[in-house]
Amino acid sequence: MKTAVVTFPGSNCDRDMWVALRDVSGKEPVKVWHGDADLPDGLDFIALPGGFSYGDYLRSGAMAANSPIMRSVKAAAERGVPVLGVCNGFQVLTESGLLPGALMRNAGQTFVCRTVPLKVENSQSLFTSAYEAGETIQIPVAHHDGNYFADAETLDRLEGEGRVAFRYLDEVNGSQRDIAGVLNAQGNVLGMMPHPERAIEPAQGGSDGRRLFESVISSFAHASA
Amino acid sequence: MKVRIHVSLKPGVLDPQGRAVHHALEGLGFEGVEDVRIGRTVELDVADSTTDAALDEMCQKLLANMVIENYRIEKVG
Repeated sequence: MKTAVVTFPGSNCDRDMWVALRDVSGKEPVKVWHGDADLPDGLDFIALPGGFSYGDYLRSGAMAANSPIMRSVKAAAERGVPVLGVCNGFQVLTESGLLPGALMRNAGQTFVCRTVPLKVENSQSLFTSAYEAGETIQIPVAHHDGNYFADAETLDRLEGEGRVAFRYLDEVNGSQRDIAGVLNAQGNVLGMMPHPERAIEPAQGGSDGRRLFESVISSFAHASA
Repeated sequence: MKVRIHVSLKPGVLDPQGRAVHHALEGLGFEGVEDVRIGRTVELDVADSTTDAALDEMCQKLLANMVIENYRIEKVG
């Protein structure tokens, strides 16, 4: 099993993501730089971390979405390789068109940094199979632009197809229908504002994020068994 | 050729920044401000041979996010 974490200039959660993947998978992820043209061969999982890529110039995630490595990430996602984008990584996924919608400035205008309760809406996905449907989990958020927007038709489609992975149980940022994380149509791309990589072990204040990584990693184990 | 691209939020998309500025204008005592919406202007200096189609493509691929924003191209001269 081979995992990778992509670092853009301004990423700041790339190391946390790397440690989370290493601890859960038992194997060191490959570090990939935004300017690399190609991803390493044979990747089983790609993570786009949080941060402020390119200083949030133009729009959060807009510059990173057009960086050289994203062409390879898009191609890998289209081949079915699991891709997780957290926080700024989610913004990069929407800006690159891999996920529908957009992430706008928080409705309250303030940076939100706290642990929030989330409802697991879909426990059948590649990323959520280790959770129970409807379960409440506690995951930290830290963002200024997490206000998920899509038109009503897109939102209805996402709900109808079970593509809302997580929903906020508190008012956090004004997201349409309290959406905290969405899946692509194929189910191999997940974007979410909350940071599961910051909730891997009790010393971090909670470990509810660990099962997200366990879900993906156990799917490799099944595939190769 | 100088080109100005005006990027604005689509009607119906909530603009929390605009709302906060609206509130601040009222706080300063300005009356009769019905609504405030904040956009972005991008000024380009491009070769005269740049086609309208190319300008549209620049807006759609990068300068505007078509999910939430509209754009208008103004050729300044």
